[in-house]
Amino acid sequence: MTTTAVRTKAEAPAGRLPGTWGLGLRRGGLEIKQFFRQRDQVVFTFAFPVVFLFLFASIFHDDVRGSGVTASQLYVPAMMASGIMSTSFQSLGISIAVERDEKVLRRLRGTPMPPAAYFLGKIWLVLFTGVLETAILLLVGTTLYDVDLPSDATRWLDFGWIFVLGLTGCALLGIAISSVPKSAKSASSVVVLPFLVLQFISGVYISIDTIPDWMLNIGALFPLKWLCQGLRGVFLPDSARVLEQAGSWEFGRIALVLAAWCVGGLVLCLLTFRWKTRRDG
Amino acid sequence: MTAHANELAVDVRGLRKRYGDVTAVDGIDLGIRRGEVFGLLGPNGAGKSTTVEILQGNRARDGGEVSVLGSDPARGTRAWRSRVGIVWQDDSAPAELTVRETVRHFARYYPRPRDPDEVIGLVGLDAKADARIKALSGGQRRRLDVALGVIGDPELLLLDEPTTGFDPAARRRFWDLIRKLSGEGTTILLTTHYLEEAEALADRLAVVAEGRVVAEGEPAGLREHYGTGATVGWTEPDGTARSERTDTPTRTVAALMHRFDGEIPGLTVGRPTLEDVYLRLTGQEDAR
Repeated sequence: MTTTAVRTKAEAPAGRLPGTWGLGLRRGGLEIKQFFRQRDQVVFTFAFPVVFLFLFASIFHDDVRGSGVTASQLYVPAMMASGIMSTSFQSLGISIAVERDEKVLRRLRGTPMPPAAYFLGKIWLVLFTGVLETAILLLVGTTLYDVDLPSDATRWLDFGWIFVLGLTGCALLGIAISSVPKSAKSASSVVVLPFLVLQFISGVYISIDTIPDWMLNIGALFPLKWLCQGLRGVFLPDSARVLEQAGSWEFGRIALVLAAWCVGGLVLCLLTFRWKTRRDG
Repeated sequence: MTAHANELAVDVRGLRKRYGDVTAVDGIDLGIRRGEVFGLLGPNGAGKSTTVEILQGNRARDGGEVSVLGSDPARGTRAWRSRVGIVWQDDSAPAELTVRETVRHFARYYPRPRDPDEVIGLVGLDAKADARIKALSGGQRRRLDVALGVIGDPELLLLDEPTTGFDPAARRRFWDLIRKLSGEGTTILLTTHYLEEAEALADRLAVVAEGRVVAEGEPAGLREHYGTGATVGWTEPDGTARSERTDTPTRTVAALMHRFDGEIPGLTVGRPTLEDVYLRLTGQEDAR
């Protein structure tokens, strides 16, 4: 047979497989590089919440009765929450659906890359863009709309965990929803509609004291409402608590709901994530 | 699970796969030896791609035994995946990255990768190493696909219709690449519907039609075994071309010689080509 003269590859000792965390970091670097090379995507991702903040906070700027804050000030934490959800939920929901449709995922699945490294890479990307987005909104909010940075360390600490839990929960939800659209073409409609609805019933576009209770109660099932509430608690004076449904910031409850979404979102991802489109079986 | 324990790189027995009411693979047996280039030849829809996808561990089967490098692909571990290289039929690579960035990154997934720059040279993309993938031509992308398939230095390389859409020159260059990889000891399974490709590259091949293996063997042997007889052609005095299939071409020629009393106008005696054999085996003889 023709094969006998040929050296076959089989005897070489098996090398060690690269570690998941290291590969996750490398994938994160790669994701960030890819993201920033798509200029239009970068501009629109970051500009969207800033433009909305500018529009809303400039149109509605009166004092909100008995709260000691202006409508403009209310919109700053609201748009920060919206920005966090758009860089995590919306961008992951759409980009993963596209990668699945273009079979980028199927190719990765055919390599020895551990699946967790892919998700870690996405988390790094979302952390990076989320921090950047939040910093931009905070800069606009403090310079144009009289929002003060918190003066004590406890509030910064609260900001830290609210940001991380909110971002993670929304990112996991985004990964989960990416399996819903059947193709890349339908991805943005499938992802944007629920996000838009959530923004209306979670206190992003419309002040929390104007939304009917039954709507707020639906919004309260999802992380965005709690993310908004937490950021109001961090960046608004305590006098604004009167606007809340519960009359207080409810930090404990916020932590509980956001953490539950992180765990639930993770389970949802593990149960429903697909590396191939339905067409590919 | 060493080479000694399992001489066959790929061992498939009675493989079955249905899609709804359609039976795509209907009891395929395959044995691919280590170090050989094996061609899976058949018309579109014969079940080639489904078979390869099952071997990749990328599609579940409905029945049969499958062993690839000693493991069941349906339960492929990371270590197993690192020994199998896959060249996809229609996948895209990250458009915003350069060739070099992508090949280097994929090398990180493997325990014993080849040198990225060497692999870029191997597939002939040196001049394009720093170009963004979105700027590559179709043929260059396929060569990048091959680079990503071999970067992990696989023992087994699975290629699904790797040259579809290539121009003839690109196809020749691709064949040279496959021969080079085979010369380095890589076991290669490739599907194709190009007969000359199978004949040029494969040590052995299997012809698949309607989900079954209808013939298997060395290309020359297949022609010998299935291509009995010959076709004698001539031109009648009124100018019409005639041909006759026969198992005894010499007797036919002698009879014609007698009829024409000497020189036979337009005489040809043809042995069946592998293509004739292939078309007959896959039930497409009418296409001739």
